Amino acid sequence: MALYSEKVMDHFRNPRNVGVIEDADGVGEVGNAKCGDIMKIYLKIDDGIITDVKFETFGCGSAIASSSMATEMIKGRPIADALSLTNKAVAEALDGLPAHKIHCSVLAEEAIKRALQDYYDRNGIEYDKTLFPDCGSCEHCMV
Amino acid sequence: MIYADNAATTKTSRTAIAAMLPYFNTVYGNPSSLYAFGQQAKEALEDARTRIAACLGCDAREITFTSGGSEADNQALLSAAAIGARKGKKHIVSTAFEHHAVLHTLRKLKTQGFDVTLLDVPENGLLSPRQVADAIRDDTCLVSVMYANNEIGTVQPIREIGAVCREKGVLFHTDAVQAVGHIPVDLRSDNIDLLSLSAHKFHGPRGVGVLAARRGVPLTSLIEGGAQERGKRAGTENLPAIMGMAAALGEAVRDLDANARKLRVLRDALIEGLSAVPHSILNGDPERRLPGNVHFCFEGVEGESLLLLLDDKGVCASSGSACTSGSLDPSHVLLAIGRPHEIAHGSLRLTLDAENTMEDVQQIIIAVREVVAYLRAMSPVWRDLMSGKQKFILE
Repeated sequence: MALYSEKVMDHFRNPRNVGVIEDADGVGEVGNAKCGDIMKIYLKIDDGIITDVKFETFGCGSAIASSSMATEMIKGRPIADALSLTNKAVAEALDGLPAHKIHCSVLAEEAIKRALQDYYDRNGIEYDKTLFPDCGSCEHCMV
Repeated sequence: MIYADNAATTKTSRTAIAAMLPYFNTVYGNPSSLYAFGQQAKEALEDARTRIAACLGCDAREITFTSGGSEADNQALLSAAAIGARKGKKHIVSTAFEHHAVLHTLRKLKTQGFDVTLLDVPENGLLSPRQVADAIRDDTCLVSVMYANNEIGTVQPIREIGAVCREKGVLFHTDAVQAVGHIPVDLRSDNIDLLSLSAHKFHGPRGVGVLAARRGVPLTSLIEGGAQERGKRAGTENLPAIMGMAAALGEAVRDLDANARKLRVLRDALIEGLSAVPHSILNGDPERRLPGNVHFCFEGVEGESLLLLLDDKGVCASSGSACTSGSLDPSHVLLAIGRPHEIAHGSLRLTLDAENTMEDVQQIIIAVREVVAYLRAMSPVWRDLMSGKQKFILE
């Protein structure tokens, strides 16, 4: 039994959407180097549709795979779909993650939400703040 | 495949396997049985004990067979604590970067009213005998310092630390699991009272080890139920494994100088090659380290991804990153020598043995350079460091 599923290893070995969008419409970064993983998501949004997405990740195999899968799942989709993307859906799309790696999929969900929040803030769009993560109080990064 | 994780475990040597085989189905009697067939097994057991004692510079009666290094560490500490408690001495001195077999046993002793001082370890990982001397109190019953560190490979001044303990009349235990069979270890001249070793770290089988205890240091039995090992460790002796251990140790000690000479050349070439990676650092003392140990931190990368990609390139290695340990904290050894969390997550341990070649070393260097560069290219941490948004911790 390998540590990770074939799907995780595929997305880890050949991550999709790695990189930076210089003129991004929204950027979200979560995690910290102290606890061992950081995810940064860049979004290009046109008429409510996520037309392009890139990520940069410092972290373990499942963190990189979760970023890759999550970006695939929102690329070309309306903002509403990206907002409703759950960590569970990311983990399921990867054919599961080991129990102690579930937080990697949580980071992916939160990084996307953080980037959308940034997009709303930049454009002065009203939104329900309770829908967005408060990373400062998340247990994961409390070192 | 290049196996470079010999501190985790080693390949059982042909000599060890050959030595074990007859004791599965030819000389398979129980050493405790009275008939000649059982006594034949008993003779083999005692012969193995004598040969192992000779390798360690002690007496056969000072050798107790255990299930491995962890059991030996547990028994050594609990025995010394029991001796201390009988004299009203309940203080123990150890270090912050011991193996968990020692640290967790000490934690248990703390709950039983023992006071434990864990000495700080300097950045090079080398303890000074002076630090030990200063920490010893009137109520100190035991000092426990590992012979060589399992992660960063630093070899401690054991003889001098032992001398300090002897002078102060305090028992001295050393976890020599990484040292025995790799560097010279001698109970008498190293002033050691209690020593733990594990066979599978020197090409012996798993599940067997030794607790060597100087005469006059009574052991507390952890496993009750029989008179084996002079009543200090119940359970039918694992004779095949013990025979394999004796053979492996004999071979390791015989070839120790030649292997160490060869390994130091490989090790230093690997260290030189990896030092060329920008913003990296060698952990542990460059000179006083195990002949096959190389341990680095690379800024801006995470250890688990490093290991997985090295695995793809056919290199078996290990890391002290949190992700490989299943906890949030990176290696306690790296934190003990003062590496910040950010740096400790990007650690890599490569431990060579005599079967490795210079070609392996060259391939490892190429693989590590490629993987580190690849991971840095997708790391937001690295981007911030390169753009000057964050300051590099490692030059």
